[in-house]
Amino acid sequence: MIRDMLVSIISGTIFGAGLALGGMTDPARVRGFLDIFGDWDPTLALVMGGAVIVMALAWLMQRRMLRPVFGEGFALPDRSDITLRLVGGSALFGIGWGIAGLCPGPGFAAFAIAPASAAIFVAAMLAGMLLVRLMEGKA
Amino acid sequence: MSLLGTSLPGFPDAAPLAGLAGGVLIGLAAAVMLLGAGRIAGVSGIAARAFGISASSLPRAAAWAFVIGLPLGALIVMNLSGAATPDFAGPVPLVIAGLIVGIGTRLGSGCTSGHGVCGMSRLSQRSLVATATFMATGFATVAAMNLLGIEVLS
Repeated sequence: MIRDMLVSIISGTIFGAGLALGGMTDPARVRGFLDIFGDWDPTLALVMGGAVIVMALAWLMQRRMLRPVFGEGFALPDRSDITLRLVGGSALFGIGWGIAGLCPGPGFAAFAIAPASAAIFVAAMLAGMLLVRLMEGKA
Repeated sequence: MSLLGTSLPGFPDAAPLAGLAGGVLIGLAAAVMLLGAGRIAGVSGIAARAFGISASSLPRAAAWAFVIGLPLGALIVMNLSGAATPDFAGPVPLVIAGLIVGIGTRLGSGCTSGHGVCGMSRLSQRSLVATATFMATGFATVAAMNLLGIEVLS
C-alpha cells in the first residue's frame, strides 16, 4: 500500500513534469498541433514519439518480468475487441480535447499553472465521467 | 534551457527538443508505473479511481498520490524554466470541453496517456483505433472552429 503510493506519486510527478516540459499544459501548443490544416506546430508529435519509444522499451522489459518490482502481479488491459463504444467515446474525447486544448493529464497538471481554469475543466470532466456511470446504472 | 529552446526549420513556433525531453519523461513515468506497480499510467482511469467513479485494483490512496503528483511535477518545471503562464480557454468552453472529455474517456476507456502512450507502445489494437480516432476528431474540431472563427484561448 505504502509502496503503491510511493510508486504512484513518483510516476505522477515525473508525468506532470514531462507534460509541462513538452508543452502539453499549454493549450495554444496543443491546439497548434491539432491545427494540421493551418499553422501546424509539430512539437506534440515529438512528445508522443518520445513517450512511446521509452514505453515500448518498458514493455520489452515487462515481458521478462514475472511480477512488478513492488506488487504481486501485473493488472493490465487484455481486451482486443473494437466496439462502437470505444470509437464513439474516443471521437468525443478528441472533440473535447480540440475545443480547449486540454486532456485529463494536463487538466490536473494545470492546477500548478492556472488553478481556476484547471478546477473548472477537471470538475466538468469528473461530472462527465459520473454521468456515464449513472447512465450505465452502475451507481 | 537554451538547448531546449532549439527550433525546427520551417516551424518557428515548435520546441522540438523540449517536446522530445517532455515525451521521454512521460514515457519514464509510465514505465515506473508499469514496472513498479504493474499498472497502466492512464490518467483518465486513475482519476476516475481517485474520485470513486470507477473500481480498480489500484488502491484509491495510490490513485490520489498519482493525481497529486501531476501538478507537483508541472510546478517544478514551471519554476525551473520560468516560462510565462500560458493562455487557457474561458469558463464556458472549459466546461463544455471538460464534460465531453469526461464522457468520451469513460466510454472510450482511456485518453492520450492510456491509449496514446501506454497502449500504442504495446501495439494494442484498441489503443491504435482509439488514438487514430481522437486525433482525427481533434484535428477536425480545431479546423471547424478556425473555419467558423471561434477563438477560445484568451
